[in-house]
Amino acid sequence: MTTLQLQNIVKRYKSQVVLDNLSLDVADGETLVLFGPSGAGKTVLLRLVAGVIEPDEGRVIIGGEDMTDVDAEHRGIGMAFQNFALFPHMSAFDNIASPLTATRSSKEAIVAGVGKVAKLLKIDHVLSHHPKALSNGQKQRTALARALVGSPPVLLLDDPLRNVDAKLRFEMRLELPRLLAAQGATVVYVTQDYKEAMALGDRIAVMAKGRIRQIGTPEDIYNAPADIEIARLFGDPTINLLDVTPKAAGAGIDVELSGVKVALPHLPASLAGRSLVIGIRPETLHFVEAGTPGAIPVEVEAETPLNEKTVTLVRVSGGREVLVSRPAGTPGPVAGTAHIAVDGATTFLFDKETGQRVAAAGQSAKTQGAAA
Amino acid sequence: METTSALEKVLRGVALTLVVLFFMFPIVWIFLMSFQTNETILSIPPSVIFTPTLENYQALITGKLQTASGTLDIAFMKNLLNSVFLSVSSVAIALVLGVPAAYAFARHKFRGSEDIAFTLLSFRFAPPLLVLLPLTQYFQWMGLSNTYIGLIWVYQLICLPLILWIVRGYFEDISADVEYAYRIAGHSWFATFRKIALPLAGPGIAAAGLLAFIFAWNNFVFALVLASADKQPVTVGALAFVTASGIQYGQIAAAIVLSITPTLALALYAQRYLVEGLSLGAVKG
Repeated sequence: MTTLQLQNIVKRYKSQVVLDNLSLDVADGETLVLFGPSGAGKTVLLRLVAGVIEPDEGRVIIGGEDMTDVDAEHRGIGMAFQNFALFPHMSAFDNIASPLTATRSSKEAIVAGVGKVAKLLKIDHVLSHHPKALSNGQKQRTALARALVGSPPVLLLDDPLRNVDAKLRFEMRLELPRLLAAQGATVVYVTQDYKEAMALGDRIAVMAKGRIRQIGTPEDIYNAPADIEIARLFGDPTINLLDVTPKAAGAGIDVELSGVKVALPHLPASLAGRSLVIGIRPETLHFVEAGTPGAIPVEVEAETPLNEKTVTLVRVSGGREVLVSRPAGTPGPVAGTAHIAVDGATTFLFDKETGQRVAAAGQSAKTQGAAA
Repeated sequence: METTSALEKVLRGVALTLVVLFFMFPIVWIFLMSFQTNETILSIPPSVIFTPTLENYQALITGKLQTASGTLDIAFMKNLLNSVFLSVSSVAIALVLGVPAAYAFARHKFRGSEDIAFTLLSFRFAPPLLVLLPLTQYFQWMGLSNTYIGLIWVYQLICLPLILWIVRGYFEDISADVEYAYRIAGHSWFATFRKIALPLAGPGIAAAGLLAFIFAWNNFVFALVLASADKQPVTVGALAFVTASGIQYGQIAAAIVLSITPTLALALYAQRYLVEGLSLGAVKG
């Protein structure tokens, strides 16, 4: 049982608060992704768990044991750094072997251990090379092998795919979940890439300015973002955000988009009259025939393929631009005028001032695009 | 790629030759002088054609200086040994003390660390004579004047700041992540210092040690004031060639050749460490 708990962690540099009373629980064997823009405090948090920097306040508890004042070498952690941090004067073999030499393993055990993990990561042919002679992908795999070789109960991965090319990143994104599952370790994975976060995380913690803004499964984050910023960070193409002022309509509310009423029956009438922002995922918008009830006339501006989707930029009356996406290969509008329809139940409403989501989105929001 | 014209190549060659001549001429001239007698050296016009003689070296090595007024005893070989002993011990002690200190200053920003490091550097600001007067007094009270220990101690004023500041820079250049990675792999801070920081700062430590050695070797005034004849290094010992019956140019030249040989040899040997890349692609750059 190796759980990881952070309790009320505060870290300041000079007068700047980097981690602001942050608490976090990671379950045994879980992969938690820390996601957020740079400067959010993700790396600091990881180093704090590793024990190379100390918190000003709060406790770090690993496997039920208070490790706050324990030195890094006694925490039983494996870590891969964003910049790889390989030892430049040692061969790849010695780099990978370093956690084993620390425990004074026998020579045979070291050779066997390094060989096994090197084979797993497909770098067994470059073990004699020094880091200087390794390609970026090999460096990254060497760094990962070094983190894995001692089978540490807690693995910290600091954006390990940041500095590798797109092809390798894609491959590793497919390989990593299997690797991590095989290790059975409790993993904290830092990334700035939302696709990586959704592909790898059992849960995602979205960080900003030293705090955790939202924590939940990838589906939770995608389908119920806590605020505008999170809604904007998750999703490609990004969510459409339009200013609206809802009106009461029976028990629910209506919003007016380009002169067309869109019913949001699942939201309470108390929201009527407030200044809000509606968030509409591009994949929940559909092109419809003119004359369909609720159809909004639009001007088609541009169309571009994006992976397995086709994204269309359209302009609604009033000049606001909206993105619509649909599976590639499905029929779309011809240039000129077209009509789109909004399913009110799949939209989000955010407070314009605070950016907080004001009410739950409908349940019908499917996870289309979530796995993209 | 820039293409260089033939004219440019020629001009560059001429310029290089001039520079080399300018800097090498004194050394070559001294080297030639060391094989001449005082008479041929002082003949006018000077000539590069002469019958070489080894009598200057002979006089230095045997310690018997033949002058017009008779034979003088000189302690040149003893001075040379003194120089070697003083410089080597000073640099060794400065490395033992300075390298860990440099690491501490580079990695652990504690209260007042900058001030302490700067104070150590400031030893190099003051002219040596400023500290010499009080030092002479202290050393007499403490019984340290005219001892090797006293001299080596004072030489730390030269070596320690140099090593501390140069090596500190090299330690600071090592990515902290590389050291963190070794700690997290389960090694103590001391193992990290020994296996990661020291090897990676190796070229810097070699450079600093070499510089400190040259500075210590060339020191004149500390030894002049604080040591008597039997503890003096070559720099002070060379004064003995200015005798009552004239200046012994031949012997001075031979003495210079002998005394620059160790530093020159060391510099040539250490050269490959000095140019060796520091980071070796440790982190992505």
